[in-house]
Amino acid sequence: MTSKNSSKEKSVGVVGMGSFGTAIANILAEKSKVIAYVRRAEVVDEINQKHTVDGEAINPEILGTQDPEYLCQSCNTIFFMVPSSAFQEVIRSFSPFLYPYHLIIHGTKGLCLNLPPGKTLEDMGKISRENILTMSEVIMKETVVVRVGCLAGPNLARELYLGQPAATVVASKYNEVILEGQRLLRTDKFQVYGNSDIVGVELSGVLKNIIAIAAGALAGLGLGENAKGLLISRGMVELVYLGNALGGSLKSFIGLAGIGDLVATCNSTLSRNYTVGYRLAQGEKLDDILDTMEEVAEGVNTIKLIKAFVEGTGMRAPITENLYKVLFEDLKIEEALQYLMKYPFSVDVDFL
Amino acid sequence: MADTYIKHQYEPILPKKDEWPVVKLSKNRKDFIRKVADASKKSVLEITAENIDLLKEELETTLYREKLRMKQNPWAVDPDDEKEFWGKVKSTMVQLSADGSLTKTQKKKKYLEILDDITMRYSEEIASNFIHSHYKVTRRIVTFGFSRLLNAARVKGFKSIFSNQFSLQDKIQIVGETDQIRELASKGTIVMVPTHFSNLDSILIGWIISVLGLPPFIYGAGLNLFNISIFAYFMNALGAYKVDRRKKNLIYLETLKTYSSEALQFGVHSLFFPGGTRSRSGMIEKKLKLGLLSTAVEAQRANFERGEDDVSGKIFIVPVTINYHFVLEAPSLIQEHLALTGQERYYKESDEFSTSYKISKFLVKFFTKGSDISVSVGKALDVLGNYVDNDGNSIDRNGRKIDTKDYFLYNGKVTVDAQREEEYTYHLGKRIVEEFHKINRVFSSHLVAFTAFQMIKRDNKKMDLYNLLRLPEEDVVLIYNEFKEECLKVLGKIKELEAESKVQIAPHMKMDIDSIIDHGLANVGMYHAKRPLVKNSMGNIETQDLNLLYYYHNRLHGYDLEKLF
Repeated sequence: MTSKNSSKEKSVGVVGMGSFGTAIANILAEKSKVIAYVRRAEVVDEINQKHTVDGEAINPEILGTQDPEYLCQSCNTIFFMVPSSAFQEVIRSFSPFLYPYHLIIHGTKGLCLNLPPGKTLEDMGKISRENILTMSEVIMKETVVVRVGCLAGPNLARELYLGQPAATVVASKYNEVILEGQRLLRTDKFQVYGNSDIVGVELSGVLKNIIAIAAGALAGLGLGENAKGLLISRGMVELVYLGNALGGSLKSFIGLAGIGDLVATCNSTLSRNYTVGYRLAQGEKLDDILDTMEEVAEGVNTIKLIKAFVEGTGMRAPITENLYKVLFEDLKIEEALQYLMKYPFSVDVDFL
Repeated sequence: MADTYIKHQYEPILPKKDEWPVVKLSKNRKDFIRKVADASKKSVLEITAENIDLLKEELETTLYREKLRMKQNPWAVDPDDEKEFWGKVKSTMVQLSADGSLTKTQKKKKYLEILDDITMRYSEEIASNFIHSHYKVTRRIVTFGFSRLLNAARVKGFKSIFSNQFSLQDKIQIVGETDQIRELASKGTIVMVPTHFSNLDSILIGWIISVLGLPPFIYGAGLNLFNISIFAYFMNALGAYKVDRRKKNLIYLETLKTYSSEALQFGVHSLFFPGGTRSRSGMIEKKLKLGLLSTAVEAQRANFERGEDDVSGKIFIVPVTINYHFVLEAPSLIQEHLALTGQERYYKESDEFSTSYKISKFLVKFFTKGSDISVSVGKALDVLGNYVDNDGNSIDRNGRKIDTKDYFLYNGKVTVDAQREEEYTYHLGKRIVEEFHKINRVFSSHLVAFTAFQMIKRDNKKMDLYNLLRLPEEDVVLIYNEFKEECLKVLGKIKELEAESKVQIAPHMKMDIDSIIDHGLANVGMYHAKRPLVKNSMGNIETQDLNLLYYYHNRLHGYDLEKLF
């Protein structure tokens, strides 16, 4: 497709080879040499010897490693594709080897807690914006790297892996990061847009997971397209309000990373968050669902954080609040739905 | 460290004046101006993307605005040949657009010539005119004059005028990283960024720089100050370059920024008041003017581009806070602030420093009564806001040495990226504000003003700020014991913040609470006709001017102390 760069040029790093990380590593490998970091030794061996991850074939040129220092020395640009629950820990293990010349782009659609030492979310009850970090904020807090970007958009890993056409957004305050993302990722089948509102784009990806769980639940109840249409548009309103309160701009929410991703995840059985909702509605318990899932559904943690944030600011976010009750307080989905149907929403669109 | 005031005379780090960067610069003045003019021309061309129509438009706009300025707002300091110069520019421009015989390249060449004339003229206008003998005289006048006054006032007796018992350093205390700034000034280039509360600041900082044994810094001074010839003499002596706030056209602004950037690249230490003007509200600056600050980032990158990778090419940002009990201009500053933000009716500005009588009256008061000033010198930062050690190495949060150059690398090479530098400047501005809050020194007067105002606010919860400030002063009385309780609470929190190195505390705050309050009441805005806080005959606390109380209270804004109320 495109010619490989000369051997002098540095490699591109990918940290974390979950399904999304693997899909991105494959796209990157079309143009550049890729070094992939994974924690478990057997996965490194699998990548280097069999050129597969979890049995799925990957580009044979991708090199696996367990050594953060080696990866940081060999790469100027690094993609972090690890779940939010492990993000801080992984970043900290890379931090000693990262320098200001590195560019970091992450693809994690989750949030981290930033609490005073020794406190937990349960102790705090209510939290405010300072207690929540987006992944780019984690990177800025833990490393000296300032040129940070994120990757978000309707990018279901499975479809990317199959090479179906798709698009993504690279967001960063720095034009050069956006351009670098485009240079590395753009192929005939993968379109890359730029956005300077990194927090807005990150939040789009994060908050849409809440609505995706709700969409799965509706489908699990056997409800039809009217209900889904209702949910997506009301979910959008909630996403915009929450996103603004957290510092994102409206423009980003109605873009590819917002609406684009929302529509994709709310319609797809490939989405993990959607699956959580679906199985809940089928009567399974949350713990059982999470135990049997192979990868993290970010939405569950996001709901927990956002509920505490909503209480801290005195806002109302009916969909999030009711999902919280369903997930953690044993409210029946049917009852939550009924509550939402009775909720006195009056104005259709009041954020534009 | 923070407790001890530093009082000793420092040896000059560069004893020979010929080694002073500012002297070197003035010797090379002509070449330097040419360089600035060329670089400004280049950056204007970059902005107009080498597009001849855009350039023409920019020239026309500049011409139009300059003509308007000359007509509507002429100043004594304006040069006589100004009309002639712009008249010539106009006729050349008219000729050029009428002449159809010229090819595009010829036309472009002509426009470039005009641009060259203008940038050359502006550079000439901005450039400082440092004269060493004037500098020496000025420094002597200031030091001699101040210390005579001081001793006359404090030491009784006939011979007092010749006494050296008190020096200026008893009055104005310097604390903080003085050794580091000296160390770094001899290795690289310093950009000092002080808070700005009073017109006195420029003189004060000039004096501090000389006490610390540093060679003179250049700084931008409003052209209006040069209208008065005696001021012009002092300003020139101190290495000031001229900033004309009337000129807002692109070419002028570019030339101004280029001047600052080139001077930094030349290695001349500079002083920016990053808040732009004096703080109107009495708060520590929160939003900085990024224009001049961006020249520090730009100069640093340019040095790296040229391969000056060692410490001699490094630029160090040194935040400084100046802490007062009393700001002479407070009444007019706060009124202006309120008029700007609030619903007050039009307010006509009257500048307390307008007459020399008022200035002298203030100076006499200042030296004869005990209102102390402290200046805290902060830790030096690199242009990305990382702390640097005494050898000039940047250190990250984990104590690891890092190379500032890395921030400007893309694929291993230093690259020019205006958008990147804009973000870096913004980031640096935020870091400076953080440092300001950390090195700010809390005085007793700040404590009492803050506590009193917050108590009044709490007692009148339903009122907005402007209604609150319109309360009749005679209705506001705070019971002493309650006031003391609240002061203790605020002080406790401030001490917690100090323990976390989030603020500093003046030594007089170590007294018992009654003494602190007395000290604070005696000092807060002490020379104003109407005092912000007084004790009445019953021993309770009253105010004579709520606006002023609000002003002095604002000094402790930004530490979340409001939450205590």
